[in-house]
Amino acid sequence: MYWNREMECMPPEQKKKLQLERLQQLVQRVYETVPHYQRILREMGVKPHDIRSLDDLAKLPFTTKDDLRRAYPFNLFARPMKDIVRVHASSGTTGKPTVVGYTAEDIAVWSEVCARSLACAGVTDNDIIQIAYGYGLFTGGLGIHYGAEKLGATVVPISTGNTKRQIMLMQDFGTTVIACTPSYALHLAEVMEEMEVDPVRLRLRIGIFGAEPWSKNLGREIEQKLNILAVDIYGLSEIMGPGVAMECPYDMGLHIFDDHFLPEIIDPETGEQLPYGEKGELVITTLSKQGFPLLRYRTRDVTILHEEPCPCGRTHVRMSRVMGRTDDMLIIRGVNVFPSQVESALLESGQAEPHYLLVVDRKGPLDILEVWVEVSEKVFADEVRRLETLEKKLQHSIESTLGISAKVKLVEPKTIERSQGKAKRVIDKRDLYK
Amino acid sequence: MWVKQISIFLENKSGRLASVCRILADNDINIRALSIADTSDFGILRLIVNQPEKAYQVLKEQGFTVSETDVVAVEIPDAPGGLAQVLEILAQKEINIEYLYAFVSKSAGNALVMLKVEDLESAVEVLTQNGIRVPSTGEIYRI
Repeated sequence: MYWNREMECMPPEQKKKLQLERLQQLVQRVYETVPHYQRILREMGVKPHDIRSLDDLAKLPFTTKDDLRRAYPFNLFARPMKDIVRVHASSGTTGKPTVVGYTAEDIAVWSEVCARSLACAGVTDNDIIQIAYGYGLFTGGLGIHYGAEKLGATVVPISTGNTKRQIMLMQDFGTTVIACTPSYALHLAEVMEEMEVDPVRLRLRIGIFGAEPWSKNLGREIEQKLNILAVDIYGLSEIMGPGVAMECPYDMGLHIFDDHFLPEIIDPETGEQLPYGEKGELVITTLSKQGFPLLRYRTRDVTILHEEPCPCGRTHVRMSRVMGRTDDMLIIRGVNVFPSQVESALLESGQAEPHYLLVVDRKGPLDILEVWVEVSEKVFADEVRRLETLEKKLQHSIESTLGISAKVKLVEPKTIERSQGKAKRVIDKRDLYK
Repeated sequence: MWVKQISIFLENKSGRLASVCRILADNDINIRALSIADTSDFGILRLIVNQPEKAYQVLKEQGFTVSETDVVAVEIPDAPGGLAQVLEILAQKEINIEYLYAFVSKSAGNALVMLKVEDLESAVEVLTQNGIRVPSTGEIYRI
């Protein structure tokens, strides 16, 4: 099922023309309106008219999360604040989040790609979709929400949490589509079992799962437990939010809506472009973004691009499911977490040495984050009560920085391995990409 | 009068206490009294030893988080009501006890407890006024 057949099935040659046209306009736009890009392009000696073919993309500079951090909060916006109708934010690498801005045109495009995504999964205007992604600064909830409304489906904007109520509404409203993280879907299945609710007797038929990596095996498990079709939606707030790419029921990877998001794969070490079929880091250029356009944004997600046609008829380039990261970002309960955020929370508290370790595990379907902090002489107290207060303080400080719950565990000095050079900050026991 | 207590942060895992005791033994340091306060994750080992300075140094060198705390030793009659009597004296003066533990050995037929209170000075004063003996520092280390 297509939402916009013309764009989704556009012949490749015509698509390339459209992409080039949009790329040229984009470079012109950022050159004129974003001081950061103007400066870099000048330093590199690249003028907007130097972009004559899609191959010239390689002449353009990368944009990294660090660039976004330095531009905090609004310095990469290409339009005046009066044109910006919404902001969202995601985890930054320090205590400050990464902020993105949208004009009305951007929201329209975002709604369009989310509508395409839902249609691609088989959702129609007859469906009742329960959106159990977080609403708010996180892009998940509102992104799918606008797409589902555009498609004409009935939206139940329930947001995260309160699992028993989620299940009650599924029963009472006859919900047919659930949008949430895959781990939350597993949790729903467990709670249904506890409540003795048989998924077969629900009207649920499709699950739109994203915001964290999940394997095809986990997908099958969810499909069996909830009696639904599970499909993968990809996105990141820096580029737009959910709806950058969507899996179709042919199980051939995810279609990147490349009329808006121009993908490349690069070698993360050298920055060289890699051909289709090779594994590397996904880089995206936002062809049509107005409020927060980005040239060659390094997503840090590892994948492979495929250009062979898909039986579904879409001509969009496909990407494999995300296979890993080229940085140390973790995704815990759908929330992006950088170890450096924990470090800045610890330092800010003034109560701990920056010797810490994040231990992530999955107990049942839910991710558990433990932060080990070494007890130095500076903070060691002879009384249990004071150490427990310290634990709570650090926990609070970490939780408010990360936006997810964490357990702080005090450990003896030198418990945390000191490696040569880059310290090991994470033990992830979840095996997410297998 | 004040006795130096050595406190050590210990993770709740097997072998940690043994390792502390081994280090002390290898350095010829004798433990006089000991107590452990624990939670599900960690514990605080409190020790009275014959050479507190040395114990502090060697444990620190071995990478333990160590601190020194002043506590006081109190001699109580080794008979029913002995401890109650001492505690009542402190309670009357509203001196709150943070923790307390018993000594391994006896002093001339009396039992010994180690006391940690916020205001050690007042505690000692009120105890001695009430005829409770507070052994000297040297006496404790020599036991």
